[in-house]
Amino acid sequence: MGTLLSVKNLRTQFYSAGRTVKALDGVSFDIEEGSAFGLVGETGCGKSVTALSILRLIPYPPGKIVEGEIRFSGRNLLDLSEEEMRSVRGKEISMIFQEPMTSLNPVFRIGDQIIEVITLHQKLDRSQAFEKTIEMLERVHIPEARRVAKQFPHQLSGGMRQRVMIAMELSCHPHLLIADEPTTALDVTIQAQILRLIKEMRREFHTSILLITHDLGVIAELCDWVAVMYAGSIVEQASVEEIFENPRHPYTQGLWGAIPLMDREKDTLAVIPGTVPDLSQPPEGCKFNPRCAYRFDPCDRAIPPLFQPSPEHLVSCYLYGGGKNHE
Amino acid sequence: MQHQSEPLLKVKGLKKHFPIARGWRQEKAFVHAVDGIDFSIDRGETLGLVGESGCGKTTVGRLILKLIEPTDGEILFEGKNLARLDKKGIHPMRRAFQIIFQDPFASLNPRMTVGEIVGRPMEIHGLVERSERDERAFQLLEAVGLMKEHLTRYPHEFSGGQRQRIGIARALATQPRLIVADEPTSALDVSVQAQILNLMKQLQKEFGLTYLFISHNISVIRHISDRVAVMYLGKIVEMAEKNVLFESPAHPYTKALLAAVPSLDPRRKRDEVILEGDVPSPINPPSGCRFHTRCRYALPRCYEEEPFFHQVEDGRWVACHLAE
Repeated sequence: MGTLLSVKNLRTQFYSAGRTVKALDGVSFDIEEGSAFGLVGETGCGKSVTALSILRLIPYPPGKIVEGEIRFSGRNLLDLSEEEMRSVRGKEISMIFQEPMTSLNPVFRIGDQIIEVITLHQKLDRSQAFEKTIEMLERVHIPEARRVAKQFPHQLSGGMRQRVMIAMELSCHPHLLIADEPTTALDVTIQAQILRLIKEMRREFHTSILLITHDLGVIAELCDWVAVMYAGSIVEQASVEEIFENPRHPYTQGLWGAIPLMDREKDTLAVIPGTVPDLSQPPEGCKFNPRCAYRFDPCDRAIPPLFQPSPEHLVSCYLYGGGKNHE
Repeated sequence: MQHQSEPLLKVKGLKKHFPIARGWRQEKAFVHAVDGIDFSIDRGETLGLVGESGCGKTTVGRLILKLIEPTDGEILFEGKNLARLDKKGIHPMRRAFQIIFQDPFASLNPRMTVGEIVGRPMEIHGLVERSERDERAFQLLEAVGLMKEHLTRYPHEFSGGQRQRIGIARALATQPRLIVADEPTSALDVSVQAQILNLMKQLQKEFGLTYLFISHNISVIRHISDRVAVMYLGKIVEMAEKNVLFESPAHPYTKALLAAVPSLDPRRKRDEVILEGDVPSPINPPSGCRFHTRCRYALPRCYEEEPFFHQVEDGRWVACHLAE
C-alpha cells in the first residue's frame, strides 16, 4: 500500500479589507491508498479550506494558496494548469458536499447531470453513458433508477439526493473521494444509511476517502486515521483507536470532554474557556496557547513541531517534547 | 423539585393541520403536522422532545406558546386552557412562558441593542420603569455570563454562542415558569454547545424553570432531559423517563433511532438495525400505524388499526400494537 496523497506545508490565505486571514498555516498529512482519513475540527479551523485547496477550488480573489505541495499520483497538483486540473476533478479526485441541493443543478434532470460527468471523462457515447448512469444509481440502491433518472433534484429527499451525489462522484472510479460533511444535513436514520453506503462503495470501488466533519461519531464509524485541526493547523494526528482512547493535545481533550456521550452520563460538560482566535491576527507561538490550561514557557514563542509520543500518534504540543523538561 | 399534584403543562389531543392549496381547481389538502398528541410536564422538570425532520416537534413548541393556533385539542397551562383564549386573553399569560430559538443569527433584531432586546419583554408586560430597565437587563446578562458593556452593543458584534446567551437572557426577562427551547444548540459548535447546555442546567436550578427541550440530537436530549417523548410523523410514539427510554426502548422507531446514532467507540461494530427508506409524506400519512411502512415487525393489524397512545407500565407510554 503506497501513499496516495501527500500534502506538505500547505498555506492558504484570504485577503479582505486590508487584512490577511491565514486560513491554513502549514498543513501536512498523508493519505495511504485504500484508507479513510478524517479531518475533524470546529467552525473556522480550516478543514473545508483544506479540501478546496487540494482540488484547487479556492477562488482568487480573495483566496490564494501561497505555499506548499500537494503530491498526487506522482505529480504536484499545484503545478498543473487549470485544464489539467479539470481532468483530475471528477475523474481522479471527486468531492461530495454537505448540501446536496446546492451541488446538484436544479434545472437539469438527475440522469443528465450524471451523463455529463461520465462523457466529460470517459470515451462513451450518450447511450452507453446512460446505461452506466443507471448502473451507478442502482449500485447506490436508488429504487426505480430509470424513473429517478428522469426526475429533478427537488423531487427527491435529502437522503436520495446524497445518494445521487455519491453515484455521480463515483461514476468515473476516482482514486480519492473527498466528503465534506456528507451527512450533517441529514436525519440520523438517513445518516446511518449513507454511512453504510459510503463504506460499501469504498470496498467495491477501492476508493480512498478524505472525510471532513465536526461529528466525532461519523469519524469513529468511517475512518482509519484522524487529524484534528485548530485555527488553520493540524494539532494532532493518530489512528482512530488511538485518538479516541488517548487524545493528547489539550484542545482534543477539551473537545472530547465537551461532547454529551450517548453511552456515559456526565452531569456537566467540560468547557474550553475563551474563543477561537482571529486568523488575521493569530497569537504568537501555538495558536491554542491563550486558552490552554497547561501553557508554559515555550508555548507563546514558536509553533510546536510534531512530536511522536507513541507509534501511530503525532502531536504538535510542547508537553510532549522540546519544552523545559526535555532536551 | 416540589411535588405538585397538577402538572405545569398538560396537552390533550393536540392537532395542527396546515392547509395547502393543490391546484386551483382541486380540493385543499392538509399537512398533518401534529395529529393528536397527549403529554404533560411537571414543574421543574425537563421534557425532551425528539424526532427527525417533519415529525412535528417544532410545531408543538409553537402551539404551546400559542404562536400558532391549534386545529384541535387542549393546552392546559397551570390549569387554564390556552386553546380557548383569544389574543387579548392570552397576552397577560405570555409572561409565564417564553422561547429560545435555534438560529442565534436570525432570532435577535439586528437594529436593537442588547439592552433593548433583553429589556423589551419587560416593557411590554409593564414589569419595570424605564429608568430601571438597564439595571434589570444587566442582572440578566450577568446571569447568562455576559457583561455590562454588552448592553449597548448590537447583535452582529457577538459570536453565535454569545448571541444564544442573549436569547436566553431575553427569555428570562419576564421571570417565566416554562421555557420552550427549540433546538437551542443545533447551530453551535460542540464546545460552545457544552457551555450553553451547562448554563441552561444551572439556570434551571437557580430559577426553578421548567423546560420543553426540542431537538433532533439524541445525545443532547439524553444529557439534558428528565423524561423524553419521541415523535414520528405528527404523533408521539413513546414517552418515558430518560434512562428507561434509552436503556430499554419499546417502540420499534425508538429502537431504530437509538441504533442509528454512531457510537464514539471505533472498536464497536454497529448492530445492523438500520431503518430503510424515507419518512412518508405528512400530507398523506400511512393508514393505521404511521410507522408500519418502515417497521420490521409490522403485522396486518398495523396497516389497519392505529394503536392507542397509552400507559403500558408506570411512567412509560407507547403507541404500538406489539407493546401490549
